[in-house]
Amino acid sequence: MRELTYADALREGLREEMLRDPSVILLGEEIGVFQGVYKVTRGLLEEFGPERVRDTPISEAAIAGAAVGLALTGFKPVAEIMYMDFMPICMDQLATQAAKMRFMSGGQLKVPLVLRTQYSLGRQHGSQHSQFTPAWFLQVPGLKIVLPSNPYDAKGLLKSAIRDSNPVLFLESGLLYRTKGPVPEEEYTIPLGQAEVKRKGDDITILGISRQVGEALTAATKLEQTGISAEVIDIRTLQPLDLKTIVESVKRTSRLIIASDDVKTGGVGAEISASVSENAFGYLDAPIARVACPDTPIPFSPPLEQLYMPNADKIVETAKAIMGQ
Amino acid sequence: MLQSLLLVRRFEEKVEELFIVKGALIGPSHLYLGLEAIAVGAMSALSHDDLIVTTYRGHGHALAKGVPAKLCMAELFGKENGNCKGLGGSMHVAIYPKVGSLYATAIVGSGIPIAAGVGLGLKQRKSKNIAATFFGDGACNTGAFHEGTNLIAVWKLPVLLFCENNQYAMSTPVKRAVSSPSIAERGRSYGIETIVADGNDVISVYLAAKTAAERARSKSEPTFIECVTYKTKGHGVYDKGEYRPKEEVEKWLARDPVVTFKKKLLDSKTMTQSEIDTVEETVKNEIEESVAFAMQGSVLPFNTIQDYVYAEE
Repeated sequence: MRELTYADALREGLREEMLRDPSVILLGEEIGVFQGVYKVTRGLLEEFGPERVRDTPISEAAIAGAAVGLALTGFKPVAEIMYMDFMPICMDQLATQAAKMRFMSGGQLKVPLVLRTQYSLGRQHGSQHSQFTPAWFLQVPGLKIVLPSNPYDAKGLLKSAIRDSNPVLFLESGLLYRTKGPVPEEEYTIPLGQAEVKRKGDDITILGISRQVGEALTAATKLEQTGISAEVIDIRTLQPLDLKTIVESVKRTSRLIIASDDVKTGGVGAEISASVSENAFGYLDAPIARVACPDTPIPFSPPLEQLYMPNADKIVETAKAIMGQ
Repeated sequence: MLQSLLLVRRFEEKVEELFIVKGALIGPSHLYLGLEAIAVGAMSALSHDDLIVTTYRGHGHALAKGVPAKLCMAELFGKENGNCKGLGGSMHVAIYPKVGSLYATAIVGSGIPIAAGVGLGLKQRKSKNIAATFFGDGACNTGAFHEGTNLIAVWKLPVLLFCENNQYAMSTPVKRAVSSPSIAERGRSYGIETIVADGNDVISVYLAAKTAAERARSKSEPTFIECVTYKTKGHGVYDKGEYRPKEEVEKWLARDPVVTFKKKLLDSKTMTQSEIDTVEETVKNEIEESVAFAMQGSVLPFNTIQDYVYAEE
């Protein structure tokens, strides 16, 4: 199968949906003439014109708000927020407006929009351009949260997100943009709400979130050499969460590690851990472990950032400790 | 116009009575008393399919845009037969897209970026319809106001920005909160055509809105309309507004938009007293019926509220 980068897979997903549905409109900072900071929108302005690929001022609240207004008038906007760190500026529009509109209107309104953003942990961008804060958005019923871990999923999940009738927060990993993976030429989509078992195993389940899926797979290979059989699950979407797949796996392996690039306290690992405890407590042979970032802002210094980030080795150490090795 | 003005006025008086005297309604409610001329004047210049984005002080906009009074009242009662099934309440009662009352937000300033998107959507599909958004003087100090107004200006969107300058953001007077000499000046600073209307005169607002609507339809250009007015009561239904000087309140009460419009109709012999009385009677009946409709409504079953969180495909 041909290989595409994560960025190109996303671009292909956007392009296909724009060809398929004339109501799909892109808007965001630097997405048109500059073709996107990560070139995800490369060539799209030229192909679809400035009405469908709209460069905006640096106004995150207005970008998200305009996307909401477009969605209310029958369009399917895909808005880009350049860094996840800028999300708080448009938090009101996404969390307090878009996500609640259907509910507050008693079902009269529908808000089909996608808000794409990315986190750049691992790219030496410092405390204010690297944060990964998906847990903030877990407190927002009405919002869907998607986190692709590879090029194939990036395209298939993005296409589903665009076709969804609800506001979707689509979280990309900046560190993955240049990584390659197989992406078929033919049309496909991946439904939202289905986790994927990436590797079968018997002794321990490692749940990967976004970039940590790759780290979890590397860790599983290393663990195999020490006689530990690890199952790796890619969560793919946080909302809806495919708890069934996770719980079934934990019931077999009796052990769980959740690996994620957010800070540990109050992070997504905490929520998933609580849900697994509620549903599979009796099956657990060890406390659920979280491999996440320490509770500090992200240090710039490249060596410090490397120490700060969760990685395969930290997952391996944690798994060995759980297994008593 | 008179019927619409009276409908808003009597509806709000009834709501106040239901809260304060009868204790039948609870929760926050932001009355439109004293501001009636703005919603009525503006909607008179808009067509049925023009789309409005308003706020938590939205009873007046809802009624003037054509949301049936009985649906509004039932929504205030939190009943299933309200337009938002009782899930929205007073602050979102102006959500009824069927009549172009598209959205009402309870976060100050946040409607303006949404109106930008609505205007863009209408412009993009070359619709003959336009958008209008309503907000108070307090909203002019939010970031959303700046971002949204700038976007509307820079993209030349067919959006009418109605600032209801009612002199106070809760208890904070405009002069202690707005740095520019006037709010209209802010509109002009974005390069947007700006009109100052007498917010207590329905004709003044109507004429401003008409000019603005024509500009939006023919040239796809926005207009900023500062409607200078005054809240007869306080910020919310329980606020007596005691922070305001007595003379100031009296001065504005003498310019009550409903009383003065009635007088104008009589003085100009456009209507007779008995014709006005007939309108009053019609409105009174409509409001009594709306209360009865709300009272007999049931509450949405709790086990169904989950169904309103996400839309199916």
